[in-house]
Amino acid sequence: MNALTKISNFFMTPAMKIVMIVAALLFPFVAGNEYQIYVMALAFVWAIAVYGMNIITGLCGQLNLAHGGFFAIGAYTLAILTVDNGWAFWPAFIAAGAVGAILGFLVGVISLRLKEHYFAIFTLCVGFIIYLLLDKWEELTHGALGIINIPAPSGFGLVDFTETTPFYYLALAFMVLSIWLASRIAHSLLGRTFLAIRISDDLAASLGINLMRNKVLAFVLSTTYASVAGALYAGMVRFIGPAEAEVTHTFDMITYLLVGGIGTLMGPLLGTLAITWLTQSLQFLEEYRMIVFGPMLVVLVIFFPKGVVGSFLSWRGRRLAAAHDASQTKEKAASNASSNKPSAASTQEAGNHA
Amino acid sequence: MELFFQQVLNGLTLGSIYGLVALGLTLVYGILHVPNFAHGALYMVGAYVSYITMVDFGVNYWVAMLLAAVAVAALAVLCERLVFNPLRDAPPIHDKIAAIGIMLFLEALVQMQWGAEFRRMPTPYTEILDIAGMTIPAQRVLIIAGAFSLMAVLHLFLKKTMTGSTIVAMAQNREGAFLVGIDANRVAMMTFAISGALAAVGATLFAPINLVYPAMGHLLIMKAFVIIILGGMGSIPGAIVGGLIIGFAEAFGGFYISTDYKDIIAFALLVVILSIKPTGLFSKGVH
Repeated sequence: MNALTKISNFFMTPAMKIVMIVAALLFPFVAGNEYQIYVMALAFVWAIAVYGMNIITGLCGQLNLAHGGFFAIGAYTLAILTVDNGWAFWPAFIAAGAVGAILGFLVGVISLRLKEHYFAIFTLCVGFIIYLLLDKWEELTHGALGIINIPAPSGFGLVDFTETTPFYYLALAFMVLSIWLASRIAHSLLGRTFLAIRISDDLAASLGINLMRNKVLAFVLSTTYASVAGALYAGMVRFIGPAEAEVTHTFDMITYLLVGGIGTLMGPLLGTLAITWLTQSLQFLEEYRMIVFGPMLVVLVIFFPKGVVGSFLSWRGRRLAAAHDASQTKEKAASNASSNKPSAASTQEAGNHA
Repeated sequence: MELFFQQVLNGLTLGSIYGLVALGLTLVYGILHVPNFAHGALYMVGAYVSYITMVDFGVNYWVAMLLAAVAVAALAVLCERLVFNPLRDAPPIHDKIAAIGIMLFLEALVQMQWGAEFRRMPTPYTEILDIAGMTIPAQRVLIIAGAFSLMAVLHLFLKKTMTGSTIVAMAQNREGAFLVGIDANRVAMMTFAISGALAAVGATLFAPINLVYPAMGHLLIMKAFVIIILGGMGSIPGAIVGGLIIGFAEAFGGFYISTDYKDIIAFALLVVILSIKPTGLFSKGVH
């Protein structure tokens, strides 16, 4: 067993999770300035939404192009309830998640009767309808002006979440919770059901899986994730406009998902962090980042459709299989050697395999 | 009554452009089963090519249109070769994502090169015609006549020529087309070229009464998708009829209901139709 295998094994152990959480907890102390902490917290918020997308697109295989719209619905629900209706932050936050779930259910019931391309196109249109409504329904959404002075999450007098570092820990907590929930889903019977649907609708149906119910469930889970992330986003940025619902955000999230590894557990987080920091270091490209990301998306789906985490997992799988084969051959050779007359050639061969 | 006819004219103008763009989309879908999200970006590039050649190089309107058609056709073929061909056997989610990647790239590229500002495309046909007491801008007549003659030419090409028949054959039955010796690559490239050229011509016709800007294809491509779902994906007459339905719905809806929400009409129509009939209005097959 060489060093590379040892390292790759370490990535799979529970200890790795602890290392990652400790690293995240220590990040504000090693960060160069407050801005870096802010960027990281924002990346965590986006990552929550990307985990939602991973459930419907990664696990269940339905390309949902309205995801950015549901993110905006969460943000707007929180903003409208707190700013215009005087709600406190946390009740509004829960309401934002609930609104995301209810609207997700309504959209899901209609859209999931459609398959593949129809579903993608339909959700693209739904996303656009959400954008148009946010932009034009001025009595409710303040139209193109957006909503300002959104309150930060209340810390019940203990913490002040208008500060960057406390908010960072809040975002981290929510993200860890989201990943934990996502992993519970992925490893449960429900997760397997979603996977079966991704592999083949017909096959899943013939196993007795209720397609519609499970797809709607996956969709509602994903929109709830998106709107919770949107509500957190509104509490962090404190200003939102119709641009949050623009389809570019959905495409950004697809990029995060693809880079990290679609359908994997750690992929959404890795992809979001990697691309966020890449964008930060290419600040001059902000406006034109799609010149880099557009072709990158194309190259990724053609050559690395599994993303970083997916490629790592299959590389590790091949390695383990190879190691397994080698040890089997060795055993075989050894047993051959003991039963037959030990010949120089067979020992030589066994030695080579080891 | 005159206002009513103005709306009919509006509906026809919009409908013929929508039909032209949706035709390109439905052709590609029929052959490759790829919903080409980048089609709107091709439309936008077409508008820019004609704008730049006309304004910066002083080329004639029709020559500019031809140049745009050739340039965008070449671009579309390039996309097919570099992106869609390698993805032919990939899971269905991949080519959609790749198409989105192309779209984002083209938009960002155009925006970097020519900026995000709105431009007005010049046209040599600015006069207002007066037909039977109705005032009609010449450009609108040009749009309707141009779009419908192009559709007629396309129809003749697909039905009467050997090359055109290979496209129809492949759309009808892929394996059958292979059996009779049709070259899949050639048909795919040709289809993309035609679809790109249609988008560019549509853009050059429509842009003088609209504006030219990097995101101009967004709304249009989504409406084109609505149209081909309405008309049955892959169906050519469906795209034309669907285009007219959406064009008229928007013209009359925008006039009699609300201009603010006129862009929503197409999508609302889609939601209603798909809620009742998940496979689209005119589709024959299952799924």
